[in-house]
Amino acid sequence: MKQNFGKRLLGALAAGFVTLILCGPISGIRLDGYEFESQFKIPLLFAAAVTLLRLLSDFIPWERVQADSGELQPGPERFGALSRTAFALAIFLVAASLPLMGSKYLLSISIVALIYVLLGLGLNVVVGFAGLLDLGFVGFFAVGAYGYALGAKYLGLGFWGALPAAALTAGLFGAILGFPVLRMHGDYLAIVTLGFGEIIRLVLNNWLDFTGGPNGVDAPPPTFLGWEFKRSATQGGTPFHEVFHLDYSPLYLDSFVYLALLSVVGLSIYGVSRLRRMPIGRAWEALREDEIACRSLGLNHVAIKLSAFSIGASIGGLAGVFFAAYQGFVSPVSFTFFESALVLAIVVLGGMGSLVGVVLAALFLTLLPELLREFSDYRILVFGIAMVLIMIWRPRGLIRMRRPYFPQEGA
Amino acid sequence: MYVLGQQLVNGLVLGATYGLIAVGYTMVYGIIGMINFAHGDVYMLSAYLTAIALAVLSYWGLHSPWLLIVISLLFAMALTSLIGVVIERLAYRPLRKANRLAPLISAIGVSLILQNYVQLSQGARNQGVPTLIDGAFRFGNEQHFFQVTYNQLLIVVVAFFSMLGLNLLVSYTALGRACRATQQDREMAQILGIPADRVIAAVFAMGAAMAAVAGVLITLNYGSFDFSIGFVTGIKAFTAAVLGGIGSLPGAMLGGILLGLAESLFSGFVNSDYKDVFAFALLVSILIFRPSGLLGKPVVEKV
Repeated sequence: MKQNFGKRLLGALAAGFVTLILCGPISGIRLDGYEFESQFKIPLLFAAAVTLLRLLSDFIPWERVQADSGELQPGPERFGALSRTAFALAIFLVAASLPLMGSKYLLSISIVALIYVLLGLGLNVVVGFAGLLDLGFVGFFAVGAYGYALGAKYLGLGFWGALPAAALTAGLFGAILGFPVLRMHGDYLAIVTLGFGEIIRLVLNNWLDFTGGPNGVDAPPPTFLGWEFKRSATQGGTPFHEVFHLDYSPLYLDSFVYLALLSVVGLSIYGVSRLRRMPIGRAWEALREDEIACRSLGLNHVAIKLSAFSIGASIGGLAGVFFAAYQGFVSPVSFTFFESALVLAIVVLGGMGSLVGVVLAALFLTLLPELLREFSDYRILVFGIAMVLIMIWRPRGLIRMRRPYFPQEGA
Repeated sequence: MYVLGQQLVNGLVLGATYGLIAVGYTMVYGIIGMINFAHGDVYMLSAYLTAIALAVLSYWGLHSPWLLIVISLLFAMALTSLIGVVIERLAYRPLRKANRLAPLISAIGVSLILQNYVQLSQGARNQGVPTLIDGAFRFGNEQHFFQVTYNQLLIVVVAFFSMLGLNLLVSYTALGRACRATQQDREMAQILGIPADRVIAAVFAMGAAMAAVAGVLITLNYGSFDFSIGFVTGIKAFTAAVLGGIGSLPGAMLGGILLGLAESLFSGFVNSDYKDVFAFALLVSILIFRPSGLLGKPVVEKV
């Protein structure tokens, strides 16, 4: 203990007093029309909690909590390539057997969680690998989702055609967005991308003739080899369950979306982890650590930035297709800045650049509110607090990225 | 003709409020080089504080509109500056030495916290305040006229004097000198005995107080608000700050008024559905083509 107890108590009381002043009006007086009702218990509770936390905080060994800010050192893998592949396959198989549990609820929350995993993977390429803070990532998600819904409406595009088409379109959007921001970095880049994301959403919201405006567009449910997942087929189609002489179950559609999504997530994880070890991935990291040094080493920053933007964007686009196909409906409400912030929270929380971290954080952030239903109102509050705390204490995220390591031969 | 006059008046009023909020962005960016993403939500908080002050004061039997306005203005300014200081202390100061993205991400976190906190404590629905000042000056005849409401006049006058006061504060007081010194070279200022941390806290307080002035004025004028108004207004105010040249106080006001006029004319004569698109497009194009703004100095990148 550096200070004596009296001083610490005084500091804690001061903190509590400030809390009381700050929270008093907003928490203590609830507006009701032009009238109000007072509830002074809440700010008093806040103040007491802050005082107590401040007192207790002296017992936390801050030096140990904060010991994380060091450089990333490449180190040898903990597991051999074979056991890692086996482990990944085992996880994939376990995850793929989820539809056998036969629970629609479980399937639907898993689909939502996997969509966020995919979004997190996409943003991780841009923010985590290349260090380009993209606050408009939801724009590419919207491009994918609307690409499927509008493609089906105007061009008769099917689910399987939409997947590559949306990935390409979103990737193209990423590159288009990337071009003007080549000269920028840091926070100006963040604001420009935020502007682009909002422009995409506002155009979708206002272009009534083409996108249906705030009313949204219907997206057709996906088909498998042309077989539909409906009780009775629409004109000229064949339902899936009749082909295999099964009884109809509404679970088939969800299971199908889930399995397709799981495969895409698996492929993306594989692809991204390969990319990271390739020259392009190392160039991304070089750009993130120091742009000037990176360019002075002769790396082409145009190619590096554009590839990061377009690869990240196409993964976001894929997530959008699944979102539209699963919801059966898209509207601009789903693509607000908040979604971008949520995906950013996933990447930041998981550890920028760490694939395992991002996957775990996405699952955690989407499944936790489901498990704690009573607290789901506080979800955003918790995200916000987590973002601030992680930045202060573990800026590399909960799970630190591992640098690819290449042992020296013959050393 | 009268439509043009009306749009110009509206634009000027809108621009004055953008300018007030932009001051917070521009001062903070000038001194520590970060975009205070939560600034828009500080403005949102001040709208709530105004409504709360008005409700409580009229419950206590105070009905003189001028007294109500002055007291709630002072109340909102005091509390929001304190909030600004606390936010800086808790969320940004520990990140002073971190890389440039860390404070921005932390600020997004703060913005989420403030929005959700207000939503949880006050509910998600629209809130409102009663009309305190009624009436307007009219120009033109019975059919064709444009008007300047007393509220709008109040906004322009109060905004003008707040900006004037802030400018005097920054130009002529010891604190203002310390601010400018810290902005030019923080390390050197510290060596010369200027408590940089306290100066930065003071800058946050000033920025938040200006946002509070805007919050009170806008709330009195429009009468309704909810917990999410901070985002779009904040981005537009940031656009104003960038347009004027970030880091420059007169630039913030000029940028605010230009943006307000442009937005107002665009929504009056082109398309009011796309006015936000217009503002965002303006933001993006300024950042791309002239990131130093109208009155700002170009940034030279040093190794």
